[in-house]
Amino acid sequence: MYSPTMKLTKAEHAILSGEKGETLRKTMETIVRFGDVFGADGLVDLTHGVHLVTSFGIPLLKPVFEIMDELIASGLKTAEPFTVDPRPYDFENVPVNLLQRFVFTKVMYAKQKEYEAQLAKVGLKNDTAFTCACYFDEVGNIPKEGALLAWAESSAVVYANSVLGARTNRNSGVLELLCGIVGKAPRFGFLTDEGRKASWIIEVKTTKKPEAQLLGSAIGMKVMEAVPYIRGLDGYLGTELNSDAKDYLKDMGAATASNGAVGLYHVAGLTPEAKAQGEALIRKAAKTYVIDDAELARVRAAYPLMWKNPDAKPDRCFIGCPHLSKTQLNSWLERLEVALKSTGRSRLAIRTVLTTAPDVESAFRSDVDAMRRLNATGAKLSAICPLMYMNNPLCGKKPVITNSNKLRTYTSARYYTDAEIAVIAAGGSV
Amino acid sequence: MKKTFKGRPVVAGSIQGEAVVSRQGFNILASLQRDLMAKKDVVACSDQNNPDLFGKTISGKMLCLPQTIGSTTGGMVLQAAAALGKAPAALLFSEPIDSLAAGGVILAKVWNNTDIITVDSLGDDFRKAVQQGQRLTVEADGTVSIEIAGVAGDNLKETK
Repeated sequence: MYSPTMKLTKAEHAILSGEKGETLRKTMETIVRFGDVFGADGLVDLTHGVHLVTSFGIPLLKPVFEIMDELIASGLKTAEPFTVDPRPYDFENVPVNLLQRFVFTKVMYAKQKEYEAQLAKVGLKNDTAFTCACYFDEVGNIPKEGALLAWAESSAVVYANSVLGARTNRNSGVLELLCGIVGKAPRFGFLTDEGRKASWIIEVKTTKKPEAQLLGSAIGMKVMEAVPYIRGLDGYLGTELNSDAKDYLKDMGAATASNGAVGLYHVAGLTPEAKAQGEALIRKAAKTYVIDDAELARVRAAYPLMWKNPDAKPDRCFIGCPHLSKTQLNSWLERLEVALKSTGRSRLAIRTVLTTAPDVESAFRSDVDAMRRLNATGAKLSAICPLMYMNNPLCGKKPVITNSNKLRTYTSARYYTDAEIAVIAAGGSV
Repeated sequence: MKKTFKGRPVVAGSIQGEAVVSRQGFNILASLQRDLMAKKDVVACSDQNNPDLFGKTISGKMLCLPQTIGSTTGGMVLQAAAALGKAPAALLFSEPIDSLAAGGVILAKVWNNTDIITVDSLGDDFRKAVQQGQRLTVEADGTVSIEIAGVAGDNLKETK
């Protein structure tokens, strides 16, 4: 039996010693070993359901499917229903050719249906729970400030910690599910007051509101997994977490988490802990990183261009990684309409996909006028994960453009700002 | 000549092998996904944003890194690589290990009975000293030795 360093209760010890079965023993051993690596003093009871990162049935994840089988065979499931990241394909709204479809369904994601059946058996909320932005009102996986979580999905973790003021470590896929099964997580890092203090000060000194995806990229690359305290952003975002501010922080946070490993940031005057504690959140020896227009330009200029032909006409445009909120969908509809007017065209020249949560998609589709206008532009609405879509080598080789720094990081997609990409999508050339 | 460093064994074990070195955070998903999905026998780094490792073989090597970054799929991707016998033979962190890498090596150990020998907190001097292609020896107590070819002299000890 594994001999833990952390203090466990009698009941936790009993599980670790195998009194509740071998599968639960291994589940507990995984969590306890994980906590011991980080000096956790014990386990806490989770106060909110988990969010899973793994939504895709890639055969190479056979070891994960085997764990799922073992959990199911032992009758284990999470105490609270969970949400999970988006599905990897949507042939209706993101059409593919026959060969691509074959690769998606028979090779890349050949285990998709079986894996989704496994998810349902271990506690999946429902058939529409597939989104990286589970915290949208329409989806409803919204932890309260101070809630104790065990989430994965880097963009959701950083949002939950920073914008919602909940507490979760950056858990790996599978770890989050195992914590959800036991209903506990080791107490260390972001689950402690000390672990939430900032060791970097970010001074935003740009001449205009910085592009969220670029600002997040710069911060992530500089601070890696440290906690940054961001000054100067409240001047652009205000001091209330309204929908615009939340959407901006969602996109900025996703870039900090994928271009670096940020799991928590504080924005002076805006995010919950920064409002409550102010600069008491900053550690004594914190380093400072000044971000001005020149620094953002430098960061962007360093992005490698992975297209074989840099002058190729884009094949597709993905907007919405992480998924777009309903407010953002409406904004993008207007932005695309304006871009079309400016180019004198009636329909977008590039096949453009706006991605969002299934529940947000349903809400948007029920707005007949908005859908008529969206259809008129030629843009499609989908709940797909663009990152997983581009993992298909037949799709990933195509010249794709995006406004997502996360998608840029993991694929060959080329990054453009929101304003630039609307014009390119409308006009057709980069 | 050998230069030695002392870290903390996270997954203890003894091994020798060739160093591959990432000076920046190592993105597990971006680095391993392409070749794992293509079912290649040996995985080369596919992270376009990592100039130190892009295109270099990772499987079976002694991966030296500050920490891992990026997607929280990282741990299970590492677990999958380990279960398939395509993971690095050892992970040698100059910084304290991060939660994704820790999750991956623990999942592999508990659920697949597979050890990726892991040492963390080897320090900034290790990060500066270790070079691509050097021969490294890891001992179960977390001692890592770098063999420096062509230099005579006594062993240098650096203890953190």
